[in-house]
Amino acid sequence: MVDPTPTDAPVIELRGAGKTYRSGSIEFEALKGIDLAIHEGEYVAIMGPSGSGKSTIMNVLGCLDTLTRGEYRLGGTDVNDLDEVDLAAIRNRQIGFVFQGFNLLSSLPAWRNVELPLIYGGVPRNERKERAEQALVRVGLGDRFENRPGELSGGQQQRVAVARALVGEPTMILADEPTGNLDSVSTQDVLALFDELHARGRTIVLITHELEVARRAARIVWVRDGEILRDELNEDVAA
Amino acid sequence: MNWLESFRTSWSAVYSHALRSTLTVLGILIGIAAVILTVGLGLGTQKDVSAQISSLGSNLLIVAPGSSTDTSGVRGGFGSSSTLTRADADALASSVNAPDISGVAAEKTTSLSLEANDTNWTTSVTGTTASWLDVRARTLSTGEFISAEDDETSAAVIVLGSETADELFGTQRVVGQSVVISDKPFQVIGVLDTAGSDSSDNLDDLAIVPFSTAASVLVGGTESAAVSTIYLQAASDGQLSAAYQEAETLLLNLHSITDSTAADFSISSQDALVSTATAVYETLTILLTGVAGLSLLVGGIGVMNIMLVSVSERTREIGLRKALGAPPGAIRRQFLIEAAILGLSGGLLGAILGVTAALLLPGVIGSSIVVSPAAVALSIGVAIVIGVSFGVYPATRAARLAPIDALRSE
Repeated sequence: MVDPTPTDAPVIELRGAGKTYRSGSIEFEALKGIDLAIHEGEYVAIMGPSGSGKSTIMNVLGCLDTLTRGEYRLGGTDVNDLDEVDLAAIRNRQIGFVFQGFNLLSSLPAWRNVELPLIYGGVPRNERKERAEQALVRVGLGDRFENRPGELSGGQQQRVAVARALVGEPTMILADEPTGNLDSVSTQDVLALFDELHARGRTIVLITHELEVARRAARIVWVRDGEILRDELNEDVAA
Repeated sequence: MNWLESFRTSWSAVYSHALRSTLTVLGILIGIAAVILTVGLGLGTQKDVSAQISSLGSNLLIVAPGSSTDTSGVRGGFGSSSTLTRADADALASSVNAPDISGVAAEKTTSLSLEANDTNWTTSVTGTTASWLDVRARTLSTGEFISAEDDETSAAVIVLGSETADELFGTQRVVGQSVVISDKPFQVIGVLDTAGSDSSDNLDDLAIVPFSTAASVLVGGTESAAVSTIYLQAASDGQLSAAYQEAETLLLNLHSITDSTAADFSISSQDALVSTATAVYETLTILLTGVAGLSLLVGGIGVMNIMLVSVSERTREIGLRKALGAPPGAIRRQFLIEAAILGLSGGLLGAILGVTAALLLPGVIGSSIVVSPAAVALSIGVAIVIGVSFGVYPATRAARLAPIDALRSE
């Protein structure tokens, strides 16, 4: 495997990022001012137990939640100042989500699930179908265009979700416990897919609490109690 | 995401919850059909009543005797005295006195028993003149009507209403038969065509004799010159009020009354009867439409209910769509269109049901139903407005959901 060559300007940059949740008079500091920079083509695992703040990092990186202090730059844009509509556009173009629970719409066939981001991106109808099918072929589901999620195995469903994350050519793929609902065979299957995407130069951020999963990434960021504990290159992969 | 895409998404949501959507649509459908039918029934009844009143004759004024006051000062109602006489009717018939009145028919009506062969039948016997047929807009089915000559000679001839003829003679040939009233024989010279019934009388159950015959032979005494009603026909619709003026002035003069408020007769026009009857049915229609409108409101609340269920059930979907880049506007639009689809389907189907029922029901209930295109168009419009306005709140709620919260919900 080839080590990707990081360019100078990071794609993702958190500076002094802090997030405090308030519920009545109780305050909870989920992020205590972290710094993190991820370059194009990197495969980073954010690793930590539950309650460590890794979900908050995922929400912030995915523009699903905003910081209470500090700065988040995505592809050079300061995301903190944007409103709902602009954030929606950023999510649409720059981020491809892969969720633990797949989050496919059960009433739609595979290709229609994959085309969803393109609908919101304003891509014309005929082009959407073509690109959705290409993305499904890329994740190895070339013969499953018309199947609904209920007719697919868990591993296949997550592949559809990965195809959906890829279809809009986003700046990064953000995977939140993508193997959490999968058996060991499907887990290997999906992780192999990520390896392959990484090899082709995709930027991948993977959030997990399983060391076995995190070990597939080239860089592991250990998070605990809202702080970065360690940020290290994974020798096995990076070598 | 453009409108077409939003529509496709909304449609597939409506379609994939077919049963629920159908039930919601049913609520609107029933409301719309009820509104169309009640408005139609109201308009139809108004039309029926106007037609019945018009069946009295066209451009008609009806003069009735005034009230009588007995020795103890008790005043009877209009028609209780016999202040109108044959002389009044003859004066009104003069084209010099009343140029705008083209026809006059004085009626002297009393209830008597008619005997024929071995059967008998009690009906209202009307003494009148030859002009009655024209003024009351009636026609004969067989034979002829009483003539001016019959009136002059007090001929013992009689014309029967179709039902009366039927009761007395059944299927036998009627003209030429003899009818006995108060021991006096009358020759049947004609039978009237059927005319149905107006609000108070059966127009087919009656017997007509010459006025003079009724006055002298049947009623007699001091009452003989009195008439119960005088029907006046104006020469045209536009001359109706002139005819009214002439009749009033003339009768006041003849009766030597200077103050028109003290008149011992009353003149009512057919239009007045129509508008009174119409006003009653209009009020009834408004009331019923209000009730039907309430059911439409309930249907609208049904849409809102289903949309709220739909939003909370699809919270994850909303979260996902937002995560994938749907701006709040696109989500709001999706749910609004969904509500509009429910409203519009209910409106269209309700209109189809209402119009179909309006075409089929009159045969069953015997009352006409008038489908007004305006009411149909309006109710479909209202259905969409209801769908959309009751959809605004759920759609706004969906659009405001924070994507992370929505994604986490189970």
